[in-house]
Amino acid sequence: MEDMTTLPLPAPRQRGAGRLLRQRARSLAQAAVTPLDLDDLLDHFHPLRRGAELSGRVVEVRPETAASATLVVKPGRDWAGHVPGQYVRVGVDVDGVRLWRTYSLTHGPRPDGCISITVKAIDGGVVSGHLVRCTRPGTMLRLAQAAGDFVLPDPLPGKLLLVTAGSGITPVIGMLRNLFSRAEVPATDIVLIHSALSQAEVIFADEIRSYADRGLLRLVELHTDTHGLLDVDSLDELVPDLAERPTYACGPAGLLDALEAHHEAHGLVLHTERFRPVVLAAPGEGGTVTFASGTTVEADGATPILDAAEDAGVLMPSGCRMGICMGCVLPMKEGAVRDLRNGALTVAVPGETDPAGVPIQTCVSAPAGACSVDHS
Amino acid sequence: MTTITRKPENPTAHLTEADIEQIGIELDAIRQDVIDSRGEKDAAYIRRIVDVQRKLELGSRAVLLGSALPPLWVLGTVGLSVAKILENMEIGHNVMHGQWDWMRDPKIHSTTWEWDNASTAEGWKHSHNQVHHTYTNIVGKDNDLGYGIMRVDEDQRWVPFYLAQPMWNFINACFFEYGIAAYDLELGKNLRVPKEKRSEEFKANLSKTLKKIRKQATKDYVVHPLVALPLGGAVGALTANFVANVVRNVWSHSVIMCGHFPEGVETFEKKSIPDDETRGQWYVRQMLGSANISGGKVTHLMTGNLSHQIEHHLFPDLPSNRYAEVAPKVQALFEKYDLNYHQAPLPQQVYSAWHKVVRLSLPNDWLATTTPKNLPSQLKTLWAMSTKGPKVRRAAQARLTQLARRQAAERAEVSAAA
Repeated sequence: MEDMTTLPLPAPRQRGAGRLLRQRARSLAQAAVTPLDLDDLLDHFHPLRRGAELSGRVVEVRPETAASATLVVKPGRDWAGHVPGQYVRVGVDVDGVRLWRTYSLTHGPRPDGCISITVKAIDGGVVSGHLVRCTRPGTMLRLAQAAGDFVLPDPLPGKLLLVTAGSGITPVIGMLRNLFSRAEVPATDIVLIHSALSQAEVIFADEIRSYADRGLLRLVELHTDTHGLLDVDSLDELVPDLAERPTYACGPAGLLDALEAHHEAHGLVLHTERFRPVVLAAPGEGGTVTFASGTTVEADGATPILDAAEDAGVLMPSGCRMGICMGCVLPMKEGAVRDLRNGALTVAVPGETDPAGVPIQTCVSAPAGACSVDHS
Repeated sequence: MTTITRKPENPTAHLTEADIEQIGIELDAIRQDVIDSRGEKDAAYIRRIVDVQRKLELGSRAVLLGSALPPLWVLGTVGLSVAKILENMEIGHNVMHGQWDWMRDPKIHSTTWEWDNASTAEGWKHSHNQVHHTYTNIVGKDNDLGYGIMRVDEDQRWVPFYLAQPMWNFINACFFEYGIAAYDLELGKNLRVPKEKRSEEFKANLSKTLKKIRKQATKDYVVHPLVALPLGGAVGALTANFVANVVRNVWSHSVIMCGHFPEGVETFEKKSIPDDETRGQWYVRQMLGSANISGGKVTHLMTGNLSHQIEHHLFPDLPSNRYAEVAPKVQALFEKYDLNYHQAPLPQQVYSAWHKVVRLSLPNDWLATTTPKNLPSQLKTLWAMSTKGPKVRRAAQARLTQLARRQAAERAEVSAAA
């Protein structure tokens, strides 16, 4: 038991002299390793230590269904904890390239201090496929602190409706595990409507069914192959006391859009969690580049952003103008660009890719749809 | 050496415009092959090199704590020298080229890397990546040719000052990192500007560089000796750091001289480069303006794969560990288009480069026309050229050129007779 459940007692307040000594020792060590940062060096020995950039080590990979798996991760000592329902940004090296994605945390705080994410491999999903099929215990992942406001209120309401579809169960399973692992299970009356493609596709099937068997919740399990898609207009047939239940929903955009329309029309309370898709322009179409200063530049799919921006009077860093010197690299916060040399796409999605932006070479990149670049 | 367009036989004369563009297309294809196949193994390579380098440096410095014992001093100094060479060559130079930017790891990225060198990453990236790699071997534009202080071409007028250039070159080799820093700052040019008129940019860069030099020197010559003091290793640590820095400097200077300076590497005239130089033309200039060092894996690693200077200049942003596999394809392309793939072992290339430094430190044709027999009269000519005015120099130069022509004609006769 450490970290998460029994927080360590605050260290006895260091005397002024002791703290000063520590600071001196650190700045001496820093002077001994310049131009490296002391932390860069310590990362080679203890990447999960306090003070390191947040990362985690995979300690277990547990298959859930044929296409999904749960990764149990030991986070670095600076992991600040989370509330069930929140998500975590995860940086994974796929084929040598650091890619960031966001996954819901599927446990409440655990006694072993680990966190877990459950990933469903989606068709063509580079990161999800890699995490489900190619990740082994020992793999290091980059982490950001947990975030998101898709969490249950405290105190809990008397009645609750949870609507999930597919991998939308992941934030909700975290909430349920947290509730039901308490010594005193809360008295809230919970209905869980879960829709999956087929019986075999239900992630955490045994677990949610056992909750239902134990009377902890009422489960409505729908399989698209036999029941069809969840029809939100028939929701009050499935849940007669719908109006008394605040709804928490997570799933594909179609379901959430329909639920939002339905609940708004009936004046009901709804909280949702969405996974945002990336919309790409057709190849060669170009797009609008927005700079941090607010300047927008229109460029076709064959013109480097650098040229278009300079023509529009933006003061751009530049170098060789042929893609070799990296003098023109700027962070892209959002959108997509196409490498004019080989057509490769680079995509930045807020909340998923690096918050500081994805570096792009403006001299050989044309916009592929609207994008924004962090440069004034 | 004479710029390519002034040579009696231009080595690219046999190439048609279509050939040159085809070369560009074929080289692009070689580049794309590597890009398509780079991945986890390459990422693991650079991470391993970084890991090994850092642990080697740390270990060597730990050994140097006991440098009061001579064997430990030797061991620690060798380790530290190797670590510093790896850090500058295989890691720093290549990371700052953006060779590993594709990994999108902010810890190994051209925009965030800083190296163990007097020159700041920012200054070096400008002068090296932008200027040198774009304008490779164009006399007057690429300052890497002689770092602005040397005579690197017969077409540069000889003055007595150049007699000292072998010495300058040697001093530059020993303190190469400071030479690079000065060069990145364009120190010579900027110091000639009166103090109050110097640009803000220069002043800012100068202060950044001085700050960096202070930090680097403090580490090597104050902090580490201080840490070794309790074990009596202060002096040992100090000398070990000094030796390791000089070893690293001489080594990197040698490798870099081998890249563009051996006899037979082409240089180019500014006015012969079209404003709209095509990708193919740029490639051909890189092909002829670089020289490789042949050798084994250790040579390639310790030179930061600049032993594959030709491949590096063609594809400066490809991961260095892939140059070795690209080299045979590039060499085959040279052969297909009948171009000279300049390659020789390290000692030979270093000798060739130094020979050129010495030859160009002397008036044109002086070294070639000197024989043991005519040495006294040649020395007299040199003395006159070094001590008297430009008029004497011009006349003596004319005589030397004439002598060279006569000797060449005599040699031709002899070989014809044979």
